[in-house]
Amino acid sequence: MATVLTINGETKSFDAPPDMPLLWVLRDILGMTGTKFGCGIAQCGACTVHVDGKAVRSCVLPVSAVENRTVTTIEHVGSTPAGAKVQKAWLEAEVIQCGYCQSGQIMAAAALLAATPNPDDSDIDAAMAGNICRCGTYVRIREAIKQAANGRQS
Amino acid sequence: MNAHHSVSRRAVLTGGLATGFLLAFHLPLRAAVNEPVQPRDTTEGKFAPNAFIRIDKTGRTVLMMPQVEMGQGTYTSISAVLAEELDADWSKVEVQHAPPNDKLYGNPTFGLQVTGNSNSIRAWWLPLRQAGATARAMLVQAAAIQWGVEPASCTASKGEVAHAASGRKLGYGELALAAQGQTPPKDVAIKDPRDFVLIGQPLKRLDTPDKVNGKAIYGIDAILPGMKFATVAACPVFGGKVGKVDDSAAVKLPGVRKVVVLDDMVAVIGDHMWAAKKGLEALKIEWNEGPNAEITTKDIWEDLRKASQKDGAVAKSDGDIAKALASGDRFEAAYELPFLAHASMEPINATVHVRPDACEIWTGTQIMTRVQSEAAKAAGLPVDKVIVNNHLLGGGFGRKLEPDMVIAAVKIARQVDYPVKVVWTREEDIQHDVYRPVYRDQITASLVDGKVSGWKYKVAGSAVLARWLPPAFQKGIDIDAIDAAVDAPYDFANFHVEYVRAEPLSVPTGFWRGVGPNNNVFAVECAMDELARKAGKDPIEFRKSMLTKNPRMLAVLGQVAERSGWGQKLPPRVGRGVCVQPSFASFIATVVEAEIDDIGEITLRRITSVVDTGIAVNPDTVKAQIEGGLIFGLTAALYGEITIDKGRVQQSNFHDYRMMRINETPKVEVIVVKSGEAPGGIGEAGVNAGPPALRNAIYAATGVALRRLPIDRKLLAAGKKA
Repeated sequence: MATVLTINGETKSFDAPPDMPLLWVLRDILGMTGTKFGCGIAQCGACTVHVDGKAVRSCVLPVSAVENRTVTTIEHVGSTPAGAKVQKAWLEAEVIQCGYCQSGQIMAAAALLAATPNPDDSDIDAAMAGNICRCGTYVRIREAIKQAANGRQS
Repeated sequence: MNAHHSVSRRAVLTGGLATGFLLAFHLPLRAAVNEPVQPRDTTEGKFAPNAFIRIDKTGRTVLMMPQVEMGQGTYTSISAVLAEELDADWSKVEVQHAPPNDKLYGNPTFGLQVTGNSNSIRAWWLPLRQAGATARAMLVQAAAIQWGVEPASCTASKGEVAHAASGRKLGYGELALAAQGQTPPKDVAIKDPRDFVLIGQPLKRLDTPDKVNGKAIYGIDAILPGMKFATVAACPVFGGKVGKVDDSAAVKLPGVRKVVVLDDMVAVIGDHMWAAKKGLEALKIEWNEGPNAEITTKDIWEDLRKASQKDGAVAKSDGDIAKALASGDRFEAAYELPFLAHASMEPINATVHVRPDACEIWTGTQIMTRVQSEAAKAAGLPVDKVIVNNHLLGGGFGRKLEPDMVIAAVKIARQVDYPVKVVWTREEDIQHDVYRPVYRDQITASLVDGKVSGWKYKVAGSAVLARWLPPAFQKGIDIDAIDAAVDAPYDFANFHVEYVRAEPLSVPTGFWRGVGPNNNVFAVECAMDELARKAGKDPIEFRKSMLTKNPRMLAVLGQVAERSGWGQKLPPRVGRGVCVQPSFASFIATVVEAEIDDIGEITLRRITSVVDTGIAVNPDTVKAQIEGGLIFGLTAALYGEITIDKGRVQQSNFHDYRMMRINETPKVEVIVVKSGEAPGGIGEAGVNAGPPALRNAIYAATGVALRRLPIDRKLLAAGKKA
């Protein structure tokens, strides 16, 4: 039986077991590889996507749980105002090193800014502590979120 | 004399201090630049003067990257070095991963196409400048001929050749065809650093725009027509083999295509990773665990402590160490470091298609040519039938200096006729790593008049080089394990370094970001703090008194003292700790400020680091590498430890192999000093700095002299004293 999802504004229809995590649907069935596999147990945040605008870990989210919900991934987050601001600030602060976790970081930061336009340090910690960066770009992530919030982009 | 050889040799020698690892190699240096055997790119109108530069008719400038991008920023820095001398239009520069070819792309120091040891810029600094300058000269020559003027009367800038006297200009794209016909001139002058326009600028990275929108492709993102997905379970005990496999339940699951049983691991191939994973869970596997099934970390440490009592191979001995240690105030300590996993965010993976006549591989690796030759062996094909497509690496940290994931994937792919992407789960990635070795470092020293008079340092641990690059292991000395031990920055009159090779039972060991200097810098800087206290001196003043012959180190140390507020009063149980290190030919001084609460929990308050890395090709990248390297090292100090029980790794994922997170990250200030010296290495350096600086901050705050990592909070509860 085909599963139907709305992803990045498009309707997608595919066959997948209902318990299959959204992460693998995105990557292995739909070929959308921007969302990353990091741990498989919601410990690292590399797989973060938005479901109805909220940041969720797609590696533990059964695809059956997101039918009739709106899914946004890194490929499309730039079309949201918060996502665009975050992407811009990320490049201006030159946050990224290897970049593998950064899809998840950007999705988490975009969800934070959409809900809390002017986050303080503790808001940032609360929203971003679920996202591991092995390259250790945290200092710049914090700086970029503040830049994005203040609209201090050129 | 061959100009290019002299260039290569200089590139190595100007590494300066702290390059024992490099200088000890006597492998033939490759002169890749302008070799006639380079593949001629025959696209019409394309200028392809050497292995690194391709300019087409539109001026599009594609630079081939001999080193791999794993986050350290080298694609941008290597491009800047090439583009600087080429006088390219930076806005038209694009990069491509180089194919496997040691002759063209082998790192000039190693003679192998390897990215590691913070060596990309150091090794390529002069050869790439020469390559860029030669190409520029050919473009200028082509323009001069066209205009009928002397080449010396022309100038090049931003992708154009100009003749000022006549006001004429031609773009590199317009000159491509004619330049391709020019003979590369010999001994072209490279620029005076004062004329640099790209080197030294905080250029925006070339790889990051695609990393904010999901477009960047890592090895794990390879997609091929007809591709299936596999995941693996390896024998949990090191050295164990597969016994019996009951796949009756697994093969009935929807989406499961095939179960592949190898010697030491089982793979399930499915329509997607989820099917493969479910299939693997449904297997009943009996392992032949073999002789290592009872090994524990305790056994390994007992062995190492015993081995470390032996006399080692002498790596360096200056003065009269026995005499020096017999007088003065004596100090002895041993420092112990645990096994560590790499845990790069991209779990290890490889995609392979074995066809009747060829084997094609898609992965992200630090060792292109070794992957190719190892894959050839696994596929039973000649090397030239193995195609390797490299990708961006989602972190390397030394894990991808190993070919094991590619070998396994080839063996799996040989069982099917379609391409298969093999992805290790995080659990398998952590439990089947090639681990940073356990080390035990013993320092015996004597103090006379408040200074170190004798210094005897014995390193005991695994010889990673002996396995990884056997010719580099000579006279019983692993030059990586003692790299920053022999190149200690201090002026010690009587100085003695020994190495004892001690391989841990069954546990495979490998390079881990920061490599050998991780253990050396930790031991040296911890001992220096303890000696300073014994001498009744301030830790920075104590170090300064023995750095008088090391002006670059002295300068960064002075600056970090100022910037960190060293000496200013702090609340109770808050301390500052310092670390100086000369590793990878960079000179770095770091101060960590930390608070230790009554139950021993640690809060990082502030980190200040001052870096003299010579000419910083991209100062913002240098800054970023130190920021990130500090976090990487501090993560290890705070949490990192792989332990073994019943022959298997006990940790499995980020819940029990913890990483620092943003809420634990303090304010970090990195100052990059302006310098005209040859560039040093930077990717690994920050990692070395964090652990000893934090440990010394804890020492200052609590009086507890920790001698093992990771930090044991129980030793730090209020009221405890070392």
